Amino acid sequence: MFSRLAWGALFVYAAAAPLWMSGYHLYQFAQVMIYAIALLGLNLLTGFNGQLSLGHGAFFAIGGYGTAILIVKFGLPYYAAIPLASLVCFVAGFLFGFPALRLGGLYLALATFALAVATPQVLAFKGFDAYTGGSQGVQIPKPGPLLGLHMNVDQSVFWLCLMVSLVLFWLAANLVRSRVGRALIAIRDQPIAAETMGVDAALYKTITFGISALYAGVAGGLDAVAVGFVSPESFGLPLSLAFLVGIVIGGLASLPGAIFGALFIEFVPNWADQLTVYFGENAKALPGAVYGVLLILAMALAPSGIAGLFRAFSRRLTKGNAL
Amino acid sequence: MINRRHFLGAAAALPFARAARAADTPGVTAKEIKIGQTMPYSGPASSYGQIGKTEAAFFKMINEQGGINGRQINLISLDDAYSPPKTVEQTRRLVEQEQVAFLFNPLGTAPCLSTRDYLNQNGIPQLFVATGAAAFSDPEHFKWTVGLQPNYQTESAIFGRHILKTKPQAKIAVLYQNDGFGKDYLTGLKAGLGEANIGMIVKEASYETSEPTIDSQVSSCQGSGADVFLMAATPKFAAQAIRKSFDLGWEATRYVTDVSLSIASVMKAAGFEKAKGVITANYGKDASDPRWADDAGLKQYKAFVESRMSVKDLVDSNTIYGYDAAFLLAEVLKRCGDDLSRDNILKQATSIKDFDLPMLLPGVKINTSPSNYSPIRAMQLQTFNGTSWELFGDILQG
Repeated sequence: MFSRLAWGALFVYAAAAPLWMSGYHLYQFAQVMIYAIALLGLNLLTGFNGQLSLGHGAFFAIGGYGTAILIVKFGLPYYAAIPLASLVCFVAGFLFGFPALRLGGLYLALATFALAVATPQVLAFKGFDAYTGGSQGVQIPKPGPLLGLHMNVDQSVFWLCLMVSLVLFWLAANLVRSRVGRALIAIRDQPIAAETMGVDAALYKTITFGISALYAGVAGGLDAVAVGFVSPESFGLPLSLAFLVGIVIGGLASLPGAIFGALFIEFVPNWADQLTVYFGENAKALPGAVYGVLLILAMALAPSGIAGLFRAFSRRLTKGNAL
Repeated sequence: MINRRHFLGAAAALPFARAARAADTPGVTAKEIKIGQTMPYSGPASSYGQIGKTEAAFFKMINEQGGINGRQINLISLDDAYSPPKTVEQTRRLVEQEQVAFLFNPLGTAPCLSTRDYLNQNGIPQLFVATGAAAFSDPEHFKWTVGLQPNYQTESAIFGRHILKTKPQAKIAVLYQNDGFGKDYLTGLKAGLGEANIGMIVKEASYETSEPTIDSQVSSCQGSGADVFLMAATPKFAAQAIRKSFDLGWEATRYVTDVSLSIASVMKAAGFEKAKGVITANYGKDASDPRWADDAGLKQYKAFVESRMSVKDLVDSNTIYGYDAAFLLAEVLKRCGDDLSRDNILKQATSIKDFDLPMLLPGVKINTSPSNYSPIRAMQLQTFNGTSWELFGDILQG
């Protein structure tokens, strides 16, 4: 009950944010929601279903480029381009799910890692230049006001991201609480027992891969619209690794964990950059090292993620009340 | 994001901002000019971060000497990890939160492309972008974006004209990296040769950066019967191509891009003997070349690096680059006088005539005009003699 109220309050606060927040902060929080959607997708796959992916940046890229190409080359509005591009992602993820069936644990991690490594180069491939713009990328015109309301680009993008993430979180919450969700978790924890209970592991695993890629695709599409530009550099290996960092730091198999993880991967690199100021001028080249230290600290202090920390905290609270 | 120190600093600066209202440019007060920059301090391109560090050290020196026209230069250089979404975010922070007057020397083709529209739409100068892509010298469409180094097409056109002059009957084979960099070279070469002579190119072979070796491409270039071999390749592949073309016994005139002119990482890797006779173009001084030992510009640069940075930075081409870029900006700001409006900053940056930078080759000068946004256009050819580069011929205009 308490947590429902808290989430409700958070939503109201977020929905009203564009009324006073600066364009820059709106852009940042739009990025947070975009990352949260991608992390949610990855968490369904890795956290709930136990399939490790190091390559979700690739699906994010397909969503981003798909949306950009549909808008710029085919003249579609963004509200049609993003769902279409995400559908392509679903199909791509679903198909990738088949070879993934034969690969477990670290082997799957390596295969998806290869996907992340290959993506920037495939995007720069000269055969696709007419559509992808090669290494010069694609510029995307800014979207018009949402629902014809009177607001600027940053406000529109922020609300768009908020609405989309709300719907996707709601769907994910229902999914994991349903029969399907229990099957996903059973496959993760006891694959043999799950199969004896009649769970079609192959089907569930491939579909989960597809749904997970769909989420990443939606996030990629929103990102393309928010940034207004896609290029191979936007979707490098660091992005895929950031997603993995996000779900682990946020909390595996936790839906709110996706939000905490997104906050972490959006803001902590910025803090790391600013903290270097305190290590003297020559430390300017060290944000990576500072980020690493912060990451280790986060893992040491909250081994089950930030969501886990909150759970432990609220358990303690309720225990205290009972006494 | 905004820490307490920043906040207090901003609050303290407020009265001054009111006092210097005359200038009316964000970031400009009677005592300070605030400038922004995005730089890859982390991520795959972090070696370029040296440029930002050099520039910060340079402006610290300027500030200790009293600043420019009485104003301190406050360069806020933020990490974008060479990732366009981050570049957009950091640029917006610089413009909207930090309220900088303009962007100086932000680095990277894709990162700069991702913010170009935003900066141009808001009339904020994006001065001296650190990329060689030709797309950044386009005053007609992007009035507020000014380039700096010769773009790849400029250099390649110089090669084209040199081939026409020295070997009018040449058959040319081009090996190029399959990306914007490699393709710009091909375009520039064709422009340099001229429409009528494009037929001189008998072979175009491309490679992907993921390929472990490019031996087969080099062999096919030789097989085409070409007697001129142009390598539009990044260092690792340039070294391979130089070595392979020598091992094949192919006696072609070999050109390599200035991206790959490093003696330490390219010529040595290819083998000094095998690299003998390779031609490239350059616009800057090599700090390790004894020829410049008594050069005034080099001495000035050396004194700066030795007192403000570390000795190992001396021969780093990124340090040299950052030093020249910061030197140029200091000159532009000097010329602005007390009129630090964005219009005037752009005007001064785009009306420079024959200005020398300490680390440019003698004869290579900075020239800009409202229709010319490529400050460095001239280069000089040089050939590798087995131990070092030897300049030859005149300064060539791209």
